[in-house]
Amino acid sequence: MRRAVFPWRLEKSLIPSPVMSILVPVCSVLLALLVGAAFLALAGRDPWFLYGEMFSGVFGSRYGLTETVVKAIPLVIAGLGVGLAFRMRLWNIGGEGQLFMGACAATWVALTFPEQPAWVLLPGMFVVAAVGGGLWGLLPAIPRAYLGVNEIITTLMLNYVAILWVDYLVYGPWRDPAGFGFPLTARFSSGAILPTLGESRIHAGLLVGFALALLLYLVLYRTRWGYEIRVVGDSPGAARYAGISIERNILLVMLVSGAICGLAGMVEVSGLAHRLQPGFSPGYGYTAIIIAWLARLNPLSIILVAFLFGALQVGGYVVQTSGVSATTVAMLQGLILFFVLAGEAFLKYRLRRVRDAGAGVARA
Amino acid sequence: MTSDFVIAVLATAIVAGTPLLYAALGEIMAERSGILNLGVEGMMLVGAVSGFIVAVATGDPWLGVVTAMCAGGAMACIHAFLTVTMKANQVVSGLALTLFGTGLSAFLGKPYIGIPLKEPLRAVHLPVLADIPVVGPIFFQHDALVLLSFLLAPALWFYIYRTRAGLNLRAVGENPAAADSLGVNVFRSRYGYVILGGMLAGIGGAYLSLVYVPAWMENMVAGRGWIAVALVIFATWNPLNAMLGAYIFGGVDALGFRLQALDVAVSPYFLKMLPYLFTVGVLILVTRKNTLNRIGAPGALGEPYDREER
Repeated sequence: MRRAVFPWRLEKSLIPSPVMSILVPVCSVLLALLVGAAFLALAGRDPWFLYGEMFSGVFGSRYGLTETVVKAIPLVIAGLGVGLAFRMRLWNIGGEGQLFMGACAATWVALTFPEQPAWVLLPGMFVVAAVGGGLWGLLPAIPRAYLGVNEIITTLMLNYVAILWVDYLVYGPWRDPAGFGFPLTARFSSGAILPTLGESRIHAGLLVGFALALLLYLVLYRTRWGYEIRVVGDSPGAARYAGISIERNILLVMLVSGAICGLAGMVEVSGLAHRLQPGFSPGYGYTAIIIAWLARLNPLSIILVAFLFGALQVGGYVVQTSGVSATTVAMLQGLILFFVLAGEAFLKYRLRRVRDAGAGVARA
Repeated sequence: MTSDFVIAVLATAIVAGTPLLYAALGEIMAERSGILNLGVEGMMLVGAVSGFIVAVATGDPWLGVVTAMCAGGAMACIHAFLTVTMKANQVVSGLALTLFGTGLSAFLGKPYIGIPLKEPLRAVHLPVLADIPVVGPIFFQHDALVLLSFLLAPALWFYIYRTRAGLNLRAVGENPAAADSLGVNVFRSRYGYVILGGMLAGIGGAYLSLVYVPAWMENMVAGRGWIAVALVIFATWNPLNAMLGAYIFGGVDALGFRLQALDVAVSPYFLKMLPYLFTVGVLILVTRKNTLNRIGAPGALGEPYDREER
């Protein structure tokens, strides 16, 4: 005789419930902070003190809040860039390198035409940065499209090359002669600097991010090309059968994805650093990967998640004064992603109460 | 170029290739079981830092190696749980593991930056073998981890291709449903091989912090974990090919290093790019060759196995 021991049953559901798709990311972040606390405690650190420092450092002052926005800007843009490629199941892990190449291309314009006014210089830098980042993204896309070469490894390897290339420039030919030997380029002329919001460090890159998010949302969900990208991502076989060229879309998507990441680099040097220097990105291109995934590749959600990670980044700098490496934040980011991945299983299933029919069977 | 220079470069190639070899051998075992683990870089970093901390604290580098092995295995456990039990996306889970490992190692290693290792692994003098001219200095005047890797690669080759357990491993990676129906426990073996992969990656990391450098520096693995993932494709999932590949990649690494010391008129930044560019180039050539010869990845690589969907 069988008896219904547990009146609930897990069953597969095709559409994730709206409650769960909000609950899972929120719980993931909280659980990640909890486990992160355990790690900090095990290493002899007081986690609640450090979290308190992070929290008050980020939300307790005007500077912390504006700095969160400042850090979120490149994350929004790069998140949109890599998210677009992920939508087509193209693993563009090269956001960091494309960001460096975009910054490098923009710097070239700024240093070569310093006497031009802003209305010439800024659009010029914008376009050249997009081209620089886009070509750096296209480079691994060509062997991927025609030979099936694993793009995860090639895009990642090119990150190291791009970073070394920028190192070469700022330690060598582009080094500012008046810079006391520091590895920096000369400061950009006023025409090459993005306007800021009042006295704060928040710059016009924020608007670029918002505009790109809206544009990408419309492209993905309202255009034929966006539809093609989504079909290729979900089912390459069906896409090929429908006459969609997968090769062409790989090249195009990687070009656009790289171009967007390049813009993230441009706004960072033009809006914030006002010059090219090594290490101007603390891994924005990598953080962007988590942001895109956490936002379930939705361009509008990416903005929201990027702000959260901007706050996390600022928190990382705050606790540096307590002798904790700023890279520790990467540990929290990784943990968040672990929990999101585990939580996605819950999105695929739903919990349903077994009603009378099941009970009847059990009694029989 | 004198013959001494060539011998020195080749000997350095072996040493530089050893961490790559351990990591690549581990990844081969994991991928053979059908699980792609892109967390190699993170597992190596955690192995490097934990091995270094224990070696400094106890003064015994071998305890460091064992710790690194356990730490790498523990990291791999996370990946196995997410991808095998929770059936999560293997690419994203591996990336998360790398990020987590980067952060964790930076956090743990912060107080150990700049601390010297008093007792690194020392070279073992093998009688007879070490005294062979040319071959001796290149292959047999290294530490025990190098010598161990000479045995490990053929042993894993024998295991994969010549034993019953290896046949089961290949079946799990090629067609898990068929393996399952023949009574192989797909879940248990995937857990086992992913964890084994993590343990080997941990040793690879420890080799960097205990022998190659030897010190702890933030992010010291510097992409070697990713190069190891590329090596697996280069090696067509065969441990013996991985050995050859690791020494070639180690050679490129060593050559850049040696040329820098020789004051060559090329910027050191370009020399540092060599291993990365070489990896991209080789990957393109090898993928093309593999496609032509119809050698591919294990059939079920990257696919979660769900008994309900058999």
